[in-house]
This record gives sequence, structure tokens and C-alpha cells, in this order.
Amino acid sequence: MTQSEFLNIVMPFKDKVFRLAKRLLISTEEAEDATQEILLKLWNNKTKIEGYKNVEAFSMTMTKNFCLDKLKSKQAQNLKIVHSNYEDKQTALQKQVELNDSVNWVGKIIEELPEQQRLIIQLRDIEEYDFDEIADMLGINNTAVRVNLSRARKTIRERLTNTHNYGIK
Amino acid sequence: MVLNSIEKLIEKYENGETSLKEEQVLKNYFTSDTVAPHLEMYKPMFTYFLANQQEQFTKDVSLKTKKAFNYKWISVAAVAVLMLGFYFNKPSDVGTIDDPEIAFSEVSKSLAMISNHFNKGTSTVGYLNEVNKGTSTLGYLTEIENTTNIIFKKTNN
Repeated sequence: MTQSEFLNIVMPFKDKVFRLAKRLLISTEEAEDATQEILLKLWNNKTKIEGYKNVEAFSMTMTKNFCLDKLKSKQAQNLKIVHSNYEDKQTALQKQVELNDSVNWVGKIIEELPEQQRLIIQLRDIEEYDFDEIADMLGINNTAVRVNLSRARKTIRERLTNTHNYGIK
Repeated sequence: MVLNSIEKLIEKYENGETSLKEEQVLKNYFTSDTVAPHLEMYKPMFTYFLANQQEQFTKDVSLKTKKAFNYKWISVAAVAVLMLGFYFNKPSDVGTIDDPEIAFSEVSKSLAMISNHFNKGTSTVGYLNEVNKGTSTLGYLTEIENTTNIIFKKTNN
């Protein structure tokens, strides 16, 4: 497999890998490193890639596992990942969407969700994957995906309503 | 009418039952300007989702096409060098004697030397006999034991 063939396969979903990594690791730098690591792993095993049915789903699973490992590693436990750059990125987004504070809130609420729910929200509401695909990526069944998704969405909505009504009611 | 269907969709959405198409409808509705006031809190949620879809990975990843050096070949080369070394440095003179008579006398000379030194070694082993004598005298100790036995028997009674 040549480099250009590899890039043709990988390029369409590299942003998705990055966003998923960022959803889990929160810090942009960490997510960039993770994405790089994943892409290099894919490149080093490029001979095996042809054997996989769905390279994209496989890579997403890889990303998920890699990030969870990263979060559980000793390094992360001793040293809290600092993400000072996060605010900057958000303000850029805020300008785009003109909904300054509330949109920020959604990000913070999602950050507080359990990892599994965060993953599912990311994969479903942002990357718009099929339920079956998500189930395949996370190695759980279809109903579990739906249940977790429903919980996550309800939590987000409740917290948003609370922050909306804060000081009013 | 539109509002009604949106409300239904929202309910389905929260139960995780919407299809991707229906979710797209919701996303379009909530990012438009005409959102009903009582559904206002969903607006940031869907805007956030849409905004986050656009984030991209911009860092360059250098893919190395160069193969890692194969260390197997180093051992192959080392063996080849060793073999060549043996081939070119054949030892020429190891003291071989062609005449059988001289060879015989040389061999018997060296064998005689070996037996000479060997006998020196065995003569010193002779001192071990002294040790045996020593142990035989220890036999007298049993006599002492006999007498002590008699004493203890008396005290026990």
C-alpha cells in the first residue's frame, strides 16, 4: 500500500478520530498527540488494513481504547491534564455561532458525563453514526447504546434547563 | 403543526429512538431563527453539536516510508568475516613430526614425564594412613563411656 492510498483511506475520518480523542481527553494537545499516535499505528500496520471490513469503525475503536488507556495511565493520575488552550478554541467557536454562553455550557455539561455517555453523544450527535456502528465500535449492544444515549441527552437537557432558569425561578 | 411534530420528535429524541434523518430535522430546526420560546433550551445543544462537527485535525503527521534497518544482516556479516578470518589465517606449523622413530621417542619422553609427576602426587597420599591410625586410638573412648554408664545407672537407682 502506498502512502497516497493510505491517505485516501485515512483522511476522511482523521478529524473524527481527533474529535473523539478530544471529547475524552479534553485537552487539544493531548488529542492531537493521540490522533498522531493512532495514525502512525495504522500506518505501521498498513499491510493488515486491507483485512479489516470497516477501517473507520476499527480506528474509532482503537481511538477509544487508546484514550481510555491514556486516562487510566499513571501519568494522568499523577498529573491532571491541563487544558488552558480550551477556552481559546471555544471563543473561536462562540464567534461562529453567536450563542456565547449557552453553547459553552453544553460543552461543560458533556465533559461531566460518564465516559461511556460522552463517547456515545460524540459518536451519535456529532459524528452521526448509525446505532449499529456505534454498538460495534464500543463493543456493546444496540439497546445499551440507546439507553446510554437517552440518559446522556436527558442529563444535558435537564442541566441546560437549570442553568437557563438559574436566578429566574 | 410544525411545532407539534418537533415536540414529538424531541420526545423521541430524548428516548434515543430517533433516526439520523429525524435528528437532522431537529438540528435544522434548532439552528434556524424561529425556535419556539419553550424549546429555547435545546438550541445551544444542537448548535454545539453542529459547531463541533467542524473541528478539524490540523497537525501534520509524518509517515515514514523508510524501512527500519534489519539487524539480522549484521549477524550474517559477522559470521562471514569470521569465516574469512579462519580461511586466510590457517596456522602453518603446529610441530608435526614426519619420521615415525623420532615421533615414537618424543611420545615416550613426554609420557615418562607425565608418569614421573603422577608418582610424586600419589606418594603424598600415603599420609592418609596416619589418619586411620588416629581414628583407631579413638576406640579407647568407648571404654570411658562404659564407666560413665555404670555411674549413671547407680545414680538412677
